[in-house]
Amino acid sequence: MRLSIRNPADFWSGLLFVAVASAFLWIARNYDFGSPLRMGPSFFPVVLSVALAGVGLIALLRSFAVEGDKLGGFTVKGLLLVTLGSLLFGILIERAGIVVAVSAITLVSAYASVKFTWKQGLIMAALLSVFCALVFVYGLGVPMPILGSWFVD
Amino acid sequence: MDTLSNLLLGFQTAGTFLNLGYCLVGVFLGTLIGVLPGLGPVATIAMLLPATFGLPPVSALIMLSGIYYGAQYGGSTTAILINLPGESSSVITALDGYAMARNGRAGVALATAAIGSFFAGTVSTLLLALAAPPLAQIALKFGPPEYFSLMVLGLSASVVLAHGSLLRAFGMIVFGLLLGVVGTDANSAVQRFTFGIPELADGIGFVTVAMGMFGVGEIIRNLENESDRSVFVSKVTNLMPNREDWRRIVGPILRGTALGSALGILPGGGAMLSSFAAYSVEKKISRRPSEFGKGAIEGVAAPESANNAGAQTSFIPMLTLGIPSNPVMALMIGALIIQGIQPGPAVMTQQPALFWGIIASMWIGNFFLILLNLPLVGMWAKMLTIPYHVLFPGIMVFCAIGVFSLNNTSFDVYLMAIFGLLGYVFAKLRCEPAPMLLGFILGPMMEENLRRSLTLSRGDPLVFVKNPISVTMLIIAFLALLLVLLPSFRKTREEAFVEED
Repeated sequence: MRLSIRNPADFWSGLLFVAVASAFLWIARNYDFGSPLRMGPSFFPVVLSVALAGVGLIALLRSFAVEGDKLGGFTVKGLLLVTLGSLLFGILIERAGIVVAVSAITLVSAYASVKFTWKQGLIMAALLSVFCALVFVYGLGVPMPILGSWFVD
Repeated sequence: MDTLSNLLLGFQTAGTFLNLGYCLVGVFLGTLIGVLPGLGPVATIAMLLPATFGLPPVSALIMLSGIYYGAQYGGSTTAILINLPGESSSVITALDGYAMARNGRAGVALATAAIGSFFAGTVSTLLLALAAPPLAQIALKFGPPEYFSLMVLGLSASVVLAHGSLLRAFGMIVFGLLLGVVGTDANSAVQRFTFGIPELADGIGFVTVAMGMFGVGEIIRNLENESDRSVFVSKVTNLMPNREDWRRIVGPILRGTALGSALGILPGGGAMLSSFAAYSVEKKISRRPSEFGKGAIEGVAAPESANNAGAQTSFIPMLTLGIPSNPVMALMIGALIIQGIQPGPAVMTQQPALFWGIIASMWIGNFFLILLNLPLVGMWAKMLTIPYHVLFPGIMVFCAIGVFSLNNTSFDVYLMAIFGLLGYVFAKLRCEPAPMLLGFILGPMMEENLRRSLTLSRGDPLVFVKNPISVTMLIIAFLALLLVLLPSFRKTREEAFVEED
């Protein structure tokens, strides 16, 4: 019998769990483990990592044995643009200010939609940045510059 | 009577003009955002949480509770009107609620949901007021071993009640616990897993995680099959149920309330499980089970009462033990901690005004809910006509600003993006995010109690077995996990959740 992945959800989550557990174990080697009486900083994380690796391994093994559902399509465009939009907001908020940052996250994430049009996107960006500047900066006093350090010295 | 004077204190606290105002604003904002498709209570609360930081603790908690009920009711409105449940607990309402809306009885369905919720809210608030003090009394005697075992019990229950693969739910809990230890070790002051990033020294913010997993992750997921969305908003006319309707909903509301109150205390999927259970009970005992799914009013009344009762009683473990039973309660605990209050049994004795104020505000919140929603139902329906591709960039903006304003640092925005990505991947892999968030919030508490227990017992791990309360809880946890492995229980569990698909 040929070995094949029968349950992709189990396979990939198993792999993810094992990877995360290994990363935590790798980093935790620098910390003191201690003893049950005096638990060091790595005691609890190491115990958890071993458990997580165990769960991951079982899931990996099970993925070859028990049939599971297919994963279905993966929206790479949505994933990338929404993530990129958030990152841009983070980069721009203090440097360029709220107007640019809000416009950027609005346009970039809106672009992920199949129904995106430039006209609608630009109107949304304009409305949202004015609204957020008024409500969050002037209204609630969140310390975000209207124009950031790039424009104002 | 003691309870009566306590409740009086509560109503005095919650009944001030300012607090009534915060409660109303909370219910209104919660409904406003909760009504938007794809935003459940967790994302709604996470998004609005920063707005409450500036308030005094009582007002903040009152407003947050209001947001919670509002968001939950908003989710039901969405489920009934456009068959897009914003949260798992209103999935079941969508079945018959949407069918009723298609039959032109959207108004009656919405009113039934509101009436059922109000009744359930009233009963379970009273229950909470009665059950909380004795429970807190017991909890005051708990030492570290009892607390540790209690958390083990809570986490095992959340595995049992999560739907989908048990193994992966268990993995998610452990993953959450691991994320919880990131930051400075309380004991040795060693910075763990921080990669030298100063923003991580205090640990990963739970609001950031919640907003990423439940807000951003959900948006990415919705972008997957955008074109499938059909926006059919039925006209809402004629709100009042007729005599026949009243006769049919009394039983389901009573049963739903009882079931919801009982199940809501359980950790894990309190609100969700209770709505599923209430629905299947009604379907089983109904004289016309064939009507279910085609617009049976019982199918709206029972789950809506149950999920509201469950939402209310899920405050019991949070308020008395300081242990969250679901992600919403985890957010509430986070809010308390931000306000400088250590959640636990001591809150009731040290801050009676806060404790009873929250309880009283629950009833007031439910009252506002019915007062606000029935007249405004037309406006909520209008909100639903906003197409998703216009809506979600706005949600992104509010999430980003909300996360930024937590600590005024861009780092949290980057973290939110990462957790959004993770949230989407986990959703694809059918790994439940709720157990992870629960583990995440319990991680530091568990480590602390484990450490203290072991120090007290001089390193003897048998301390958890020697302590009678602790060992009882561990045995229950063990039995619960064992039960799940039984084939017959597995089948029932899968059936309970099967209606969702």
